[in-house]
Amino acid sequence: MVYLAVVVLIATSANYFLAATALNPRSNFEGRNPPPPPAVVDAQLTSLNLNDKTPVVERFGRWADGVWHGNLGLTIDHDSVNTEMRRRVGVSLRLLLIGSVLGSFCGIAAGAWSAVNQYEFSDHATTILSFVILSVPTVVLAVFLANAGSSFNNAIGHRLVYNTGEYTPGLEAWTSANIVNRLQHLVLPSLVLILQGLAFYSRYQRNSMLDAMGSDFVRTAQAKGLRRSQALIRHALRTALIPMGTFFAYEFTLIFIGSIFVEKIFSWHGMGEWFVQSIQKNDVNATAAIGMFVAVLVLLAGFLSDVATVMLDPRIRRG
Amino acid sequence: MSSIPSPIVEEPVETAGHDSRIRLVLRRFLRQRLAIAGFVILLLLFAFAYIGPHFYKWRYDQIDFEAFLQRPSATHWFGTTQNGFDMLALTMRGMQKSLIIGLIGAVLSTGIAAIAGAAAGYFSGWTDRAIVALIDLILVLPGFLIIAILSPVFHGRTWLIFVVLLAAFQWMITARVIRSMTLSMKEREFVYAARFMGVPDWKIIFRHILPNMSSFLIIDATINVSSLILAEVGLSFFGFGVQPPDISLGTLIGDHWESAQTANGYQFYFPAILLVILVLSVNLVGDGLRDALDPNAGSATGSGAASR
Repeated sequence: MVYLAVVVLIATSANYFLAATALNPRSNFEGRNPPPPPAVVDAQLTSLNLNDKTPVVERFGRWADGVWHGNLGLTIDHDSVNTEMRRRVGVSLRLLLIGSVLGSFCGIAAGAWSAVNQYEFSDHATTILSFVILSVPTVVLAVFLANAGSSFNNAIGHRLVYNTGEYTPGLEAWTSANIVNRLQHLVLPSLVLILQGLAFYSRYQRNSMLDAMGSDFVRTAQAKGLRRSQALIRHALRTALIPMGTFFAYEFTLIFIGSIFVEKIFSWHGMGEWFVQSIQKNDVNATAAIGMFVAVLVLLAGFLSDVATVMLDPRIRRG
Repeated sequence: MSSIPSPIVEEPVETAGHDSRIRLVLRRFLRQRLAIAGFVILLLLFAFAYIGPHFYKWRYDQIDFEAFLQRPSATHWFGTTQNGFDMLALTMRGMQKSLIIGLIGAVLSTGIAAIAGAAAGYFSGWTDRAIVALIDLILVLPGFLIIAILSPVFHGRTWLIFVVLLAAFQWMITARVIRSMTLSMKEREFVYAARFMGVPDWKIIFRHILPNMSSFLIIDATINVSSLILAEVGLSFFGFGVQPPDISLGTLIGDHWESAQTANGYQFYFPAILLVILVLSVNLVGDGLRDALDPNAGSATGSGAASR
């Protein structure tokens, strides 16, 4: 745990240094007409802690000091990074949580189901589906689903799912109409992430479940009088879930990257969209903050997967 | 000492059974219809990308001033873009870049993984700790983010830098597996024999340890081809990858995805569907190779005749 925290700390700092050296905020002023006097540019950049004439270590010091006191600095447009982040985190977390939780749940269910029905139609269907989804880039999958959504709406003659934005502006907050409206917007973007999670997990879960089903303790459980379904769920599935825990942390970064595409294509204003914009605008402080956000999320996912492993595996708990 | 030839330990895998092993692997591979289909499609796509342009009358950088934004027709098979470029010519050009990026990147990435993983496992101690820590560190920060942040640095330079970066963030998990394989192989008799004869460490790694993992390395490189093509598409979509004068399937999709919902959807669907077919066939070949080279490992399509 401490080790992971140190890794996150190093990763965040490395991310800051990379962003501070690779991005060039000064170039934002170059295209202006009339060109601003160099002194003004310098003053502007210094006030944002972005001046490349200050040594990068010094800038990092100022940034790290701010972060330690809960201040992530200013964006390139002189807004607070904290405010911007607060606005966007909720949007992204909604997608990420639904995508990772439902995605892994569906994937595990599909994998276990196809292992139990090995070589039957449902097994082949799941395997082929996940194989195909893993070969489709997120961008393409998202565009396909966005289009499928509008075709679906046309087919039923009623706008059931939306493929642009997070909600329809103008509805009053926390009314049932508003919540339904938000859900209608949520369906398609989440579906992209869920499908990918499903494809990712079901392959591993199927193999792991097949291994577990072949082992002696499942046969023993049945011999002791458990029904097949009980033996499969309580003994085989539980054992087969143990290796899945380690995949969770890894899969989570994939989900985050997927959400960058999803936010772009469905025009959601979350962290992913912000990340792309910050790089295009040479916004070092925002990029550094997003890097930290991702590193913390990966750490949390790693922690959760450790907890899951301990809960599922009695051997680790005792040791 | 090391100059003395060591005929006894020379290539433990490649003794009498070498020829027959290749034949065996080939036979196992040919037994799988899906893998063969993937391989044939892959060959056709290669021909499409590299030979196709010679037989098509439009070039990728040629503007047809009489046909802006035209739907597919007999003159422009895939239609034209807003600026009068021929979509089929662009797709072939983009496919060339995607293929070459996938191939170079995969070889690089598997190479890095092999060297780093084998060094970590073989030398243990500080080398091991440093490499393992580096792997953990890179795994925390997704390569996608780092390459995107670094993208202003390689703007206007050769796309090869981009390929190297892609490979630099792809090797970690493979390296972990190779490390643990090396740890067990280090204790095998032929490695001991080589060591006691004074063969230098690096020679042991390259002549004795890595050749014994060749099946795994080949499978890994094949699978990396498809993941690198996907990564390239993702980064180029946002303009963080292949840069404008160059064209890849990713830049084509990035330029035209917004037309997907309009009547000009062909601009998006032609490159996108060819891309999916490309990745799918690479994955089928990878899966077939896994069944052929390593019958005990589970395969995704479960079609491995040898395994069950």
